[in-house]
Amino acid sequence: MVNSVAQNNEDVTLRLAAVRKIYNAGLANETEVLHGLDLTVQRGEFVALIGPSGSGKSTLLNLIGLLDKPSAGELWITGQATTALNDRQLTLLRARAIGFVFQFHHLLAEFTALENVMLPLLAAKSRADDTMAERAAILLEQVGLAAFAGQMANDLSGGQQQRVAIARALVMQPALVLADEPTGNLDTKSADSIFELMRNVNQNSGTSFIIVTHDPRLAQRCDRIIELVDGRIN
Amino acid sequence: MTQKNPSSVASSFANNHWLPFEAILALRFMREARMQTLLIVAGVALGVSVIVFISALISGLQSNLFRRTLDYQAQIVILPPKEVARPLRDNTHTATRIQPRAQRLQSIDQWQKVRAQLTQLPGVLVVAPVVSGAGLLLRADASRSVNLTGIEPESYLRLIALQDKIIAGNAQISGSDIIVGSDLAKDLGVWLGDKLLIQTAFAAPQTLLIRGIFDFGNKMQNQRAVYVALRTAQSLLNLAGGATSLEVNLSEPFSAKIMADQMRALTDLDVESWITSNAQFFTALAAQSMSNTIIRFFVGLTAALGIASVLVVSVVQKSKIIGILRATGTSRQQILRLFLLQGALMGLMGSAFGALLGWGFLSLWRGVIKNADGTPLFVINFDPMLFVYAALGATLVGTLAAVFPALQAARLDPAVAIRG
Repeated sequence: MVNSVAQNNEDVTLRLAAVRKIYNAGLANETEVLHGLDLTVQRGEFVALIGPSGSGKSTLLNLIGLLDKPSAGELWITGQATTALNDRQLTLLRARAIGFVFQFHHLLAEFTALENVMLPLLAAKSRADDTMAERAAILLEQVGLAAFAGQMANDLSGGQQQRVAIARALVMQPALVLADEPTGNLDTKSADSIFELMRNVNQNSGTSFIIVTHDPRLAQRCDRIIELVDGRIN
Repeated sequence: MTQKNPSSVASSFANNHWLPFEAILALRFMREARMQTLLIVAGVALGVSVIVFISALISGLQSNLFRRTLDYQAQIVILPPKEVARPLRDNTHTATRIQPRAQRLQSIDQWQKVRAQLTQLPGVLVVAPVVSGAGLLLRADASRSVNLTGIEPESYLRLIALQDKIIAGNAQISGSDIIVGSDLAKDLGVWLGDKLLIQTAFAAPQTLLIRGIFDFGNKMQNQRAVYVALRTAQSLLNLAGGATSLEVNLSEPFSAKIMADQMRALTDLDVESWITSNAQFFTALAAQSMSNTIIRFFVGLTAALGIASVLVVSVVQKSKIIGILRATGTSRQQILRLFLLQGALMGLMGSAFGALLGWGFLSLWRGVIKNADGTPLFVINFDPMLFVYAALGATLVGTLAAVFPALQAARLDPAVAIRG
């Protein structure tokens, strides 16, 4: 059942109440992917989201990332109920509160590392200013890429690109970072260092993380493991 | 995707504080797809150059025709009403044949008052009184029938380009001066300073002194037209103080029809505009303008389709990027503007190069196509506004062409786009 009273608490980064997702509702091929999920992620929590393929991990991540809307239930980001928001409000909230790290880093190839990190700031304020470049440079330094700021994204290695993506995800100082198999296509050594990087950011800034991973070794090193099976939390 | 972009922090938008987000992205996207951008800009440029060239050519041709027409006639001619026969019997019930009256020469009633009235109208440049009728020029055994036109030089010379056509003497006539055409002068064996006898149906013959000789470039005109002072014509045609017509020029020649209607209502006289009396000329002008419009339309359409197809492909190629931009806080409106801007920029760049190319074509045309005597066939106006309009038009066409792809991009579901 929908709990209409959100725990409007600064310490709750994310809260889901009875969230369901149904694709092709009303059609012959109607499929319910998520069956009434309840979930709370506290401020500063580092959560692993695991589950077999087709269990609904990506769907859940899209809902949390405000890229998609639940069919039923309510979803709060930093205490803000989201299902009634329009596209513009969702974009603003997404820009302010959520950072994304994708498996295939997804940088803009025709931009430098620094510019890629600046993009969310630029999208929010429309015109560049000195503080943006400074802020992006600080983040690149945090992820250990200060020397690569002027390099085109394509000229960086896979691990470096993922670090840039993490810097980009953090540049708006989001409350929550969503990482969809961030180490999925990296070798073990790079994967470890990327994981450590995120863990450090988490501990230093109090940013919450939800990391989808197939790697049980990494999952074990998180604060909490959420296992999704057939659209239900185990 | 191994292509390397030679870019340094120096060209980075990190130091650019005035370009908005969408413009930075649009320029970078276009630079990345430089081959597509180059091809479509070249296509638009060719189209714009054709438009610039054809437009300049046709406007040059038209203003040339226009000048040739309006140099020799007033834009509006006001005549006294025609005299009609008034049968004594009411002829509505019986079949009657009424012989129309012969139109004798008559003056416009109170023409000075009418002239003052017309001069007051906005858009009227000059109102000149004219007395015209038939006459016979005599010298020794030779005689020639002529159209005698009595003019007031100060007003009439602002109406007709007579002054420019004078090949000897001048057009400032008074008293017993006369201006004749070059062919008439040859026929009668006279020249500047010679005397001629003029005879009309109404008055005693009078001796006139040739003060000027004109050449209108038309033999008929050069043989038939003669000009004398208004007063001289009045006495020769027995219309003391009268004027057989008032001739008007306007600041805006194409308003002649409307102005003529206005004057007709105001004065209750017969008013004829050059637009009505040169109907065929206008049909030709309209046909030219129409063909020009059709060419512009189809060239514009072709450019628009080209831009649209490039952008549609770009949206598909960049759907993943669009998804990521959306996920990192870029709004639908920003994505929409990003693609509209690319269309506009392609149009603008195309029109800039196209204007240059068109200007080149025109220079070439001027250099090559000439009259037999080496003068240009006709003057082509390099109207700078044409380039401005071409740029505005192409930018607009580019933006419109981008509407469909831009909507497509803005509607992309980011979740689907990132996964796809």
